[in-house]
Amino acid sequence: MWNWFKHKNYPDFWKEYLKTFKIKQPKSIEKTRFIVFDTETTGLDTVKDRILSIGAIAITNGIIDVADNFEIYLKQDEFNTDTVEIHGILKEGNIEKFSEEKAIEYFINYLQNAVLIAHHAAFDVKMINAALTRMNLPKLKNKSIDTGILYKKLDGKTGNHFNLDALCKEFNIPKHDRHTASGDAFITALLFLKIISKLKKERTVYYSDLFRTTNNKGLI
Amino acid sequence: MKNTIAERIFDFLKDFPPFDILTKEQLFLIAANVKVVYVEKDRVVFKQKELPHENFYIVKDGAIGLYRTLDLDSILVDICDEGDIFGLRPLVQNDHYLMSAKANEESILYAISVEILKEIIQSNDKVSKFLIASFSTNIKTPYANNNYGQLFANVDTLEGNNTNLSDFQTAEYSKNPITCNKKTSIKEAALIMSSNRVGSILIVENKNPIGIITDKDLRLKIATGLVSIDEKVDQIMSSPVITVSDKITTSEAQIAMLKHKITHLCITKDGTPNSELCGIMSEHDIVVLQGNNPSVLIKELKRAKNIETLRYIRQKTSKLLKGYIEQKIPIIFISNIISEITSALTIKAIELSILEMETKPPVKFGWLALGSQGRKEQLLITDQDNALVFENVFDEDYKTTKDYFISLSKKITNKLNTIGFEYCPANMMASNPKFCLSVNEWKNKFNKWITQPSEKSIMMCTIFFDYDLVYGNKKLVDKISKSIFKSIKSYEIFLNFLGRNALINPPPLGFFRQFLVENDGAHKDQFDIKSKALMPLIDAARLLCLSHNLKNENNTIKRYVNLIDIEPQNKDLYLSCIDAFKILLRFRTEQGLKHNDSGRYIDLKNLSKSEKLKLKGAFKPIKDIQELLNIRYNLSQMM
Repeated sequence: MWNWFKHKNYPDFWKEYLKTFKIKQPKSIEKTRFIVFDTETTGLDTVKDRILSIGAIAITNGIIDVADNFEIYLKQDEFNTDTVEIHGILKEGNIEKFSEEKAIEYFINYLQNAVLIAHHAAFDVKMINAALTRMNLPKLKNKSIDTGILYKKLDGKTGNHFNLDALCKEFNIPKHDRHTASGDAFITALLFLKIISKLKKERTVYYSDLFRTTNNKGLI
Repeated sequence: MKNTIAERIFDFLKDFPPFDILTKEQLFLIAANVKVVYVEKDRVVFKQKELPHENFYIVKDGAIGLYRTLDLDSILVDICDEGDIFGLRPLVQNDHYLMSAKANEESILYAISVEILKEIIQSNDKVSKFLIASFSTNIKTPYANNNYGQLFANVDTLEGNNTNLSDFQTAEYSKNPITCNKKTSIKEAALIMSSNRVGSILIVENKNPIGIITDKDLRLKIATGLVSIDEKVDQIMSSPVITVSDKITTSEAQIAMLKHKITHLCITKDGTPNSELCGIMSEHDIVVLQGNNPSVLIKELKRAKNIETLRYIRQKTSKLLKGYIEQKIPIIFISNIISEITSALTIKAIELSILEMETKPPVKFGWLALGSQGRKEQLLITDQDNALVFENVFDEDYKTTKDYFISLSKKITNKLNTIGFEYCPANMMASNPKFCLSVNEWKNKFNKWITQPSEKSIMMCTIFFDYDLVYGNKKLVDKISKSIFKSIKSYEIFLNFLGRNALINPPPLGFFRQFLVENDGAHKDQFDIKSKALMPLIDAARLLCLSHNLKNENNTIKRYVNLIDIEPQNKDLYLSCIDAFKILLRFRTEQGLKHNDSGRYIDLKNLSKSEKLKLKGAFKPIKDIQELLNIRYNLSQMM
């Protein structure tokens, strides 16, 4: 009852967002709209740090659709000078910047019910969720896939941490615009396609396999 | 809003034709709507006969092989690498795919919507020209299309746009033209011309040029008594005048003169007849600008008394050649002039050598140019190939006669070497006793080559059949030619051997990155333009002409022209061979001038995309003429 009441008070964009989840999901790798995204942040603390920018691009039927991309830069109150060097995003740049509320609203509008993909997805999802919490909104409802975990489903991959640079090297992906949200999202999108293609060569890949967070025994 | 990914794609596309000629807005629109496709090795992008996709593709990374499947055989037609476009023709022509595309390596492709492109084609003429040109390399029978000749021309136009402007000199002209007004009498005008020692006078009104009188007008209209010298100049002036702006390049000026059949151009402030006159350019100015006028060179040559002068003239010829190539003057015209000069140089070297001999030649003889010089296709300095024929003599005189001509030949080849034509490394020169022979000996030699064909004798035939008399008695040569045809007639299978030889070098498939892809899939980083492209066309022309008893013409282009007369049913094919030959010969010359060598081996690293495309366009006719030989001489059974 309380939940229902609160639901009524959600802003329109969130209501629209929720509606998209009422539509039956295709549950096939080919038909699903995947959104590969990356956030650049002021730091690694999901509570204290803030999002500097979000970059995202969609994959449908194994094709990266440049027209279906998203790129936004956020105005900063919290500003951590240490990370500026990595991202090159200064507090007052020339790029048009949006408040956190607006940026998240646009991002949610863009996402709809897509399946999210990110490298070390847990962190990026947590950063978005933290922003949603500050807006008095619930967490993201989208399913998500971690390319780091997906990679470990390949034959003979052990260990726990695979950074994006190492995987770019292994999969022969040129590192353009590394450490910009859009650049990393694009690289991650290629990485996702390459891992899936390699997985498919090794065995039959089912839609549900993508979401198993356990190790490679998860795949039959 | 910022779009980093589209910007990155924009940066990639902007370097490759035809995207390099789009406006920034057009290209960004394309980049922002690209679909990025990842294909693993061996995956098929599309299949032959399939209906076209909504997109065409450009290779971002990796390599895509294009295959045509006939019955059960799959033939590699082309390999596309970074920046290559494929799968476009069916989209524009609403046709099925003619080939299959398969990833030869793991690849990333940019798929571009044909709808966006169609809009751009309509608004950008250059793009559509590029696309037509690129189709010509992979449609089934390109020369069935009437526009075939233009396809190459289009690539040329495209290239012209990329060429550095400094390659085109701005034409020089006289900035103080001699003028008078239209009320001046003809006599006065002639006096002004005489006192200024000029061949023309411009008639101006309010500083704008309205007419011109040249020496020719005075000769045709005054000296003949048609018009009185007391009349006003406007009675005889040519009007209106052709005006151009001072930004005109030498080649444009030449074209303008040719087009209007005139010898003078008026330079005006804005290039129109209604603006102030600032100068006049005559045909003579252009000749002077080119530094070396061929007719002047030949005159100088005829006066030359020593070998150093000849050497100097040869060097000047190289400069002349360079100028002609830069001005994009037709290659036939260039090769005619260079051949004329080469012949004149050789004749002079022979005359000087005869003077050095203690006695006059004992009998009639002829000096033959062989190979490319014999075909009048020698543009760059390459080595000399020549032979000598002398009149039949009695056995008792043979030794002294032969000794005389060998020592004469040694002097001649030595002089030619000094002039700049290096000795033939294979010693195919008249100074070699084997190639300094009497008429009967030559007849026997050719007869032996023809009736006992071996790999070596066939090779000799390909060099010696293209002989051209440079100096001496024509009758001796005619006797040999007659005898050759007689031999061939009695031993027709010889032509099949010649045909087999013409097929030894199939043209390459195309280019792949910095490599040339051979028919067997091998990659080479150098392209032997002589043996892989020029020779097959030369060999085919020679063989076909021999089969029709044509010996009067050695030049490859003229041979194909003759063949068109005899076999009108193959006109399209022969025309395409002529086009290809011109392109290849020009290409070789350009490369040779650039690298100061024979231009034979082309380093593929230095070729631009459009140069590769142009070369590739020339491979197709080679393949087709070889197929014709194959069928006509039933060569597949011989191979």
